[in-house]
Amino acid sequence: METPPDTDVSAKLAARDLHFWYGTTHALKGISLSMKPNLVTAFIGPSGCGKSTLLRCFNRMNELIPDTQWEGDLLLDGEDIRSADPIMLRRRVGMVFQKPNPFPKSIEENIAWGARINGYKGNMPELVERCLRQAALWDEVKDRLKDNAYELSGGQQQRLCIARALAAEPDVLLMDEPASALDPLATGKLEETIIELKDAYTIVIVTHNMQQASRISDETAFFYLGELVEFDDTEVIFTRPENKRTEDYITGRFG
Amino acid sequence: MVDATPKARTEVRDRNFDPRLPQRRRKALIVRGLFFMATVFGLLVLMVLMIDVVAKGFSWLDWGFVSNFPSRNPEEAGIKSAIVGSLWMMGLTALFAVPVSVGAAVYLTEYANRGWFYNLIQLNIANLAGVPSVLYGILGLGLFVRFMALERSILAGALTMTLLIMPILIISAQEALKAVPQGIRESAYALGATRSQVIWSHLLPIAAPGIMTGIILSLSRAVGETAPLIMIGALTFIAFLPESVMDPFTVLPIQIFNWTSRPQADFQEIAAAAIVILMIFLFLMNLSAISLRNHFERNRPY
Repeated sequence: METPPDTDVSAKLAARDLHFWYGTTHALKGISLSMKPNLVTAFIGPSGCGKSTLLRCFNRMNELIPDTQWEGDLLLDGEDIRSADPIMLRRRVGMVFQKPNPFPKSIEENIAWGARINGYKGNMPELVERCLRQAALWDEVKDRLKDNAYELSGGQQQRLCIARALAAEPDVLLMDEPASALDPLATGKLEETIIELKDAYTIVIVTHNMQQASRISDETAFFYLGELVEFDDTEVIFTRPENKRTEDYITGRFG
Repeated sequence: MVDATPKARTEVRDRNFDPRLPQRRRKALIVRGLFFMATVFGLLVLMVLMIDVVAKGFSWLDWGFVSNFPSRNPEEAGIKSAIVGSLWMMGLTALFAVPVSVGAAVYLTEYANRGWFYNLIQLNIANLAGVPSVLYGILGLGLFVRFMALERSILAGALTMTLLIMPILIISAQEALKAVPQGIRESAYALGATRSQVIWSHLLPIAAPGIMTGIILSLSRAVGETAPLIMIGALTFIAFLPESVMDPFTVLPIQIFNWTSRPQADFQEIAAAAIVILMIFLFLMNLSAISLRNHFERNRPY
């Protein structure tokens, strides 16, 4: 990308000249981009291009993986992420994973736990209901809140995971291919949920599904071999991309 | 993609197969037979042992046998002090070994940095699990009986047994913790949980059945062990019940060992009776380990 390092103060999340290594593998090679508040930003690109790695940099999730290191700047609301307390950072930057991974506890407890460990003092049943409504799951589970979360279908489990992430009241929601394990119907419901959440949250979503990126995102970033190839409005990326590789990828000529 | 130059295509099949089906089937049958024989051999040996022991000891099994103290007279000899001693050993060993071993396992899987030092510790734990038990007896004799001056007490025995089962317990607890899906850890940390919150709320409850199975199996090993307790000098003739952990003691395997080393045929037979009791003991422990595991696995969908 030719644009100079981003210094946009209105950015919710930003990376500046970010490098990342798994051992000696250079996975991210100087990424600079910024995500505006209350927009959905999609990360696309072939497998191994670094999009998930970048996503997991923003809540320092990669630190759970041994032998990794990063250089450059990461900013949340203009504040340095490297010097932030990871516990506080992760409360503000929620995450939904590729595979639905609810806790083996009741539906209710799945949501309440994240709030409780962060010292939530409010009305817990109300919070549980609010989060489930936001994740468009309330009507399906309101009569079975005590049931084990594993009794839900895969799509319901994934929406439960979104509700669980919302319970810590984050500003940002990172989603790592949240629909890849779901059927088309469940995917549709998930996408509706994401669009509704946009008003209250800044969302970054990694996806392999081009149609999904074009349906739900406002801005799209295309990555290839650890580099940011192109980053623009989703409409621009999908109708008149500047870069030949972006065009080849979104039209299905490679990847 | 269609190749533009057909003449450059390599042949995709040459149909050069020789299935030799009869030979392969025969080989499969032989292998199956060998595996079956291996199973039958193990079961048969066990059956012969059990039938022999039960046949010898059955007539001696009555209430008096479990409620009497040992005696020079076979008619009056019982295993009361041995049963009580075994229960004491088991309880105290569990009390010492479980918290330390589970704590070590949690530290090693969740906190310790991976590196050469971690690998060295892992290698040593695995090696310690294979050290002959009599060596633990020698260690217990030097460390607990002599150096710490605990004498031939229940406490010295239980501490020795603790050292003996700790490697097995640590390894099984580590395996149970490692079996917790990484997604559980990631999603808990992603909510802003601290390491101890993740451990107490998720990892230990999910790993609990596996850890408990390891506890019961290693305790049943401790209950069956004789050599280390002989090394530290557990007595073979105890005609009273221990009143504190500093009292001398005996346990079932030692009582059995003592009786089998006597020349009289009657003592051989009551040794067999005590073996039956010990086997029932171990059988019940293994049964509870299995049912515990089945019970929790039913509630755990992955």
